[in-house]
Amino acid sequence: MNGKVYIIGAGATKIGEHWDKSLRDLAVEALFAAVKDASIDKRDVEALYVSNMMSGELQGQEHLGALIATWAGIPGVAACKVEGACACGGVAIHQAYLAVASGLYDCVAVVGVEKMTDVIPSDVTAALATAEDQDYVVFTGTSFVGLNALIYRFYLEKYRVKQEDIARFAVHCHKMAVSNPYAQFRRPVSLEDVMSSPVIADPIRLLECAPVGDGAAALILCNERFLKENPRDDLIEISGTAVATDIVSMHERRDPLAASALRRALDIAMEKAGIETKEIDVLEVHDAFTILGILPLELMGYAPPGEGWRLVAEGQVEPGGKIPTNTMGGLKARGHPVGGTGVYQVLDIVTQLRGKAGSNQVEDAEIGLAQNFGGVASTVAVNILKRVR
Amino acid sequence: MVWAESVPRVWRERVKKYRLLGGKCLKCGSVVYPYRPACPYCGHEELQPLELSRRGRVINFTIIRHPPTGFVGKEPYVVAIVELEDGARVLAQLTDVKPEDVKIGLEVEAVFRKYREQASNGVIEYGIKFRPV
Repeated sequence: MNGKVYIIGAGATKIGEHWDKSLRDLAVEALFAAVKDASIDKRDVEALYVSNMMSGELQGQEHLGALIATWAGIPGVAACKVEGACACGGVAIHQAYLAVASGLYDCVAVVGVEKMTDVIPSDVTAALATAEDQDYVVFTGTSFVGLNALIYRFYLEKYRVKQEDIARFAVHCHKMAVSNPYAQFRRPVSLEDVMSSPVIADPIRLLECAPVGDGAAALILCNERFLKENPRDDLIEISGTAVATDIVSMHERRDPLAASALRRALDIAMEKAGIETKEIDVLEVHDAFTILGILPLELMGYAPPGEGWRLVAEGQVEPGGKIPTNTMGGLKARGHPVGGTGVYQVLDIVTQLRGKAGSNQVEDAEIGLAQNFGGVASTVAVNILKRVR
Repeated sequence: MVWAESVPRVWRERVKKYRLLGGKCLKCGSVVYPYRPACPYCGHEELQPLELSRRGRVINFTIIRHPPTGFVGKEPYVVAIVELEDGARVLAQLTDVKPEDVKIGLEVEAVFRKYREQASNGVIEYGIKFRPV
């Protein structure tokens, strides 16, 4: 499969508590925005990949492929739901890439969506925990936050880092989100705000967690053949893509901090893209919790183990810094409508590569990399984007 | 529908859950809980069924303060990773101990306890918890 795959359209809804909008409303709104952005006819779309984690639990609704295709007015299209816990967005992009690169389709759409505010908080907590082993892990009464709290404590114990230094990642994300029109929280928070917020599962505090929200984001992917008939000026290539898995339950891993699925997905995707870490201009990390924002910075070599927090404290993760990270607010402040998240990450990179990031613009950004975690990094999707012209 | 309540599902797992039935990989020697057909570390497909040690120590823990549906009203409670004497790691609740008294390294033993009730049919789900020795 040597066919190149391009992103020619991106669109999204604002993330938030959309009491007046259903899952299908959000998905269709995002899809239409992406189609409009790509300047194509929606009937050009040959296959539709709907990324979503919890519609079965939260809406009692599955079969999102045919449902969204119908409500978008394109029944007949090949369509399916792609699930991989919180990584489903990145996995759906990977699947869409494969479909186009294979030559089977010339133009496909990915729409990632989650509608989380239809139910009470404990039901959202239970639905998020379906990412883990129901018989032997969730059975214990742990929440998904609880499992990440274990990762957090392993880290704090091993490196003797202060929690304040990790928690500062949330402050960074809120600062970045202020100018993002799609963001759930367009307001700054202080480190004191974060550290005085309630404990959800020790040691994780409320403002260290990505919020519950509703939203959808969509992308249009195509190949060279489609481009010949639909030429355009701005063009972004998916130059590398990979999905990897780890032992599903974190407590069984030899080293719970190794993030071996991330390591593997990075190695595969970066080799495919032919790039080294230092060439990445803009990075999206899956900061569902602050600790998950710090760990990848160390794993990718931007800081030694135990010292990733320094990059945040020194502003090196901001535009103009060593590695601009989550420049549109990340999961923490842009928001984390689960099925949408991996697609929003790539959309945020598209915004940067097109030079449309406003006050958060990374100068002359050419290459961006997005990491999307499912479970406690049990599934990891990595997608690498490159501005072509 | 966030928690799939089911009688056969509880019944099916009873031996592994009530007796801490794990397995020892006949190739790499890893001890895993619960018993399963393939080793998660080396992929080998021969595991010797093994009733695991009922003693171990806490290697990490968290206190759940905002529980999922099915555990609401039980908070705060401690969920810990317990490393058993034979090397298997088990995720379980701690019991008979105050959350603030739990420390990494705490020596614990397995006890049979109730975890939750299925609201729709009254089935009580039991399993192993750990308490300080």
